[in-house]
Amino acid sequence: MSVTSTTVMRPPTPPGPVRWLKKNLFSTWYNTLLTVLAAVFVFFTLKGVVTWVFFTANWAPVTNSIKLFAVGQFPPDQLWRVGTILFLVSFLFGLSWCVWGGTVRTFALTLALVFGVLALLPISMELTLRLGFLANPVLTFIGYQVGRTPIGKSLWVVLGWLLSFVLTVFLLTGIEGVNWLPRVDTGLWGGLLLTFLLALVGIVASFPIGVLLALGRQSSLPVLKAFCVLFIEVVRGVPLVTILFMASIILPLFLPEGVRIDRVLRAMMGMTLFAAAYMAENVRGGLQAIPRGQVEAAKAVGLNNLQIMGLIVLPQALRLVIPAIVGQFIALFMDTTLAIIVGLLELLAVGRAVLEINVEWKLLNMEVYLFIAAIFWVFNYAMSYASRRLEVALGVGER
Amino acid sequence: MSQDSHIQVIKKSSIPLWRDERVIKGIAQVVSAAFVIGFLIFFVSNVLQAAHNRGLSLGYDFTDESAGFPLAESVIPYDPSKSFGYAFLVGILNTIKAALVGIVAATVLGTVAALARLSSNWLVGKIASVYIEIVRNIPLLVQLFIWYFAVFQGLPLVQESIQWPGPIYLSQRGLYLPAPVPTSTFGTWIVFVVVGIVIAGVLHTMLGRYQLKTGRTIYPVLTAAIVLLGLPSVGWFLVGESPLVTDVPVMGKFNFTGGMQLTVEYAAVLAGLVVYTGAFIAEVVRAGILAVDRGQFEAARAVGLSNMQVLRLVVFPQAMRVITPPLISQYLNLTKNSSLAVAVGYPDLFYVGRTMINQAGRAVPVFLMVMAVYLFTSLTTSVLMNIYNRRIQLVER
Repeated sequence: MSVTSTTVMRPPTPPGPVRWLKKNLFSTWYNTLLTVLAAVFVFFTLKGVVTWVFFTANWAPVTNSIKLFAVGQFPPDQLWRVGTILFLVSFLFGLSWCVWGGTVRTFALTLALVFGVLALLPISMELTLRLGFLANPVLTFIGYQVGRTPIGKSLWVVLGWLLSFVLTVFLLTGIEGVNWLPRVDTGLWGGLLLTFLLALVGIVASFPIGVLLALGRQSSLPVLKAFCVLFIEVVRGVPLVTILFMASIILPLFLPEGVRIDRVLRAMMGMTLFAAAYMAENVRGGLQAIPRGQVEAAKAVGLNNLQIMGLIVLPQALRLVIPAIVGQFIALFMDTTLAIIVGLLELLAVGRAVLEINVEWKLLNMEVYLFIAAIFWVFNYAMSYASRRLEVALGVGER
Repeated sequence: MSQDSHIQVIKKSSIPLWRDERVIKGIAQVVSAAFVIGFLIFFVSNVLQAAHNRGLSLGYDFTDESAGFPLAESVIPYDPSKSFGYAFLVGILNTIKAALVGIVAATVLGTVAALARLSSNWLVGKIASVYIEIVRNIPLLVQLFIWYFAVFQGLPLVQESIQWPGPIYLSQRGLYLPAPVPTSTFGTWIVFVVVGIVIAGVLHTMLGRYQLKTGRTIYPVLTAAIVLLGLPSVGWFLVGESPLVTDVPVMGKFNFTGGMQLTVEYAAVLAGLVVYTGAFIAEVVRAGILAVDRGQFEAARAVGLSNMQVLRLVVFPQAMRVITPPLISQYLNLTKNSSLAVAVGYPDLFYVGRTMINQAGRAVPVFLMVMAVYLFTSLTTSVLMNIYNRRIQLVER
């Protein structure tokens, strides 16, 4: 065999900007038309938005009420408690970053960056607040260093997170009659703090209930199964507003006389029940994804039903549903806005209240609600981005 | 005989009662049932106790009493002298009005956004992505507030309405449009319409079958469309007096009279639901289209179908299988989310229910009614959609 041709085959030339433009924007006459129309639309939209944001809009109601948006009417002299919780979270993120790496790293770095930016914002701010913000990235770094010592074990980190949750609730409520940690009425909780709290309590408390409901729905006991299916389907069949309404208006009627439950707590109970039904369906998805062979093999080596569930099926199933749970947390975080309908002062309600502070602000609806929308967007976008990364890292859907 | 009883004895003695699976399961069921029933009894007795102590009634007899509260808008004629039951019906109809229109519009918007995002045109694709990513990450209630308080309340006063080409007026009170009003000949004309629909349907099926059998192009859709539009237009002139006249909104002293009004509350609810759900539907549709094998596009292009035909005849029918189940849950979400209308004062089911609780003071019965309606809608929709879904699933041989 002889090579007859001596011409060298060139590799295809990489598409230059002109070819890229031609291929993606001007391939046919109607594509060109579409591009021109879209470009005009984008130009005018962007121009309108930019002039409005920087020149027309009056951001006074936002810049003058940052504290209200952040924590509501939480007593100013007790704000160190919120700060302490943030320190704890920053530290734990540093620790988790070192121990687990991967996606947590993105989370920890983003959080540190956000606090860094907050500390350096060129607006008038008390020095202690500025230093407090600055301390957060430092604590993340310290957490990372601590993670390299023998403490850096998964078990400790999980325990740390659970403990921080308990501590958060404890710090925010305080103790009756204790001087350095006086009780803070839940009616004073508000803003982003309450929004986060509602979502966090909802997701954490709904987790065990959801797992139990999912197991109940899968169980071979008809009575138990019927109850679980009934609960899940009823809760999923009605809007969250009705459940919140039930928790805040109807629940007091269901309780024995003299028993009173705090208003914020009632809303939290409603959120938890609602989230539990959806959590149950997520967990069920995970349970169904575990191949039968796993159960059969476990039976063959002589494990009993409880051991099979606790040691074989659940650990694998829960690992599979972590991204779904993050997704549910995002949904729940958005759903916390409905608490406004039962009269809680969460972020959106603070927005509405802020408009009433000053007569001149009365018509600045767009500014205030867009600011709130921006806050939600930033948090949700970051979380859903991380969740997608997590999905890749866990290899969900690739097996 | 003795062998048998011997085996039985061994069986009985080898599995003690507390390790017999059947016994354990039985006990577990009884315990869980007792637990749930006990819980229910505890709650119900508390309610009865509370009702007794506070002199509340738990019956449904109030539904015939006069409601006594006004509702801003209604599909059927309503005034405060009507009964509670009737007011409740108004709420249901208002929810249906928001949900049905919302579902149709959101489906259209979602499909367009999905196709735009998949478009080969880079700029169009980016615009669609930005829309989807912005809208999906902002709570619906915040969007409703923006639509209602910032956009629609920012419109000019009714006296300074913006007039669009023709007798269409936009103001803080809403959108005023000309409305069609039937005249005496309307009844005769509607016969033409119905006959046209029937003949068009029959023609479409028969010609379609014939075309499939023979392979000759005889334009079934076009023929049907001609009949569908032709018969009513012929009828329009045959009946003599025009069967429909337009009622134009006219500016009175304080407000418009005549015509059709789209209130700002309804418009805000609709805009919020459609824009929000549209973004989710776009993702559902996109996932469905992406799930269709690339070879299907290529093969369809190879046999000479146009882009539109590829989508309509090859891609969509296959994508529907993937799209339908999540689409059902989006429709249900939209229906349930329409309860947020209460925040902007649109008198939907939840709004009417809440007002009834305040007026009649019977929280528990009214609340059960509201829950039952939502539950009924959710369950029937999912049952119907599941039947449809089963029909379009791939039949594997």
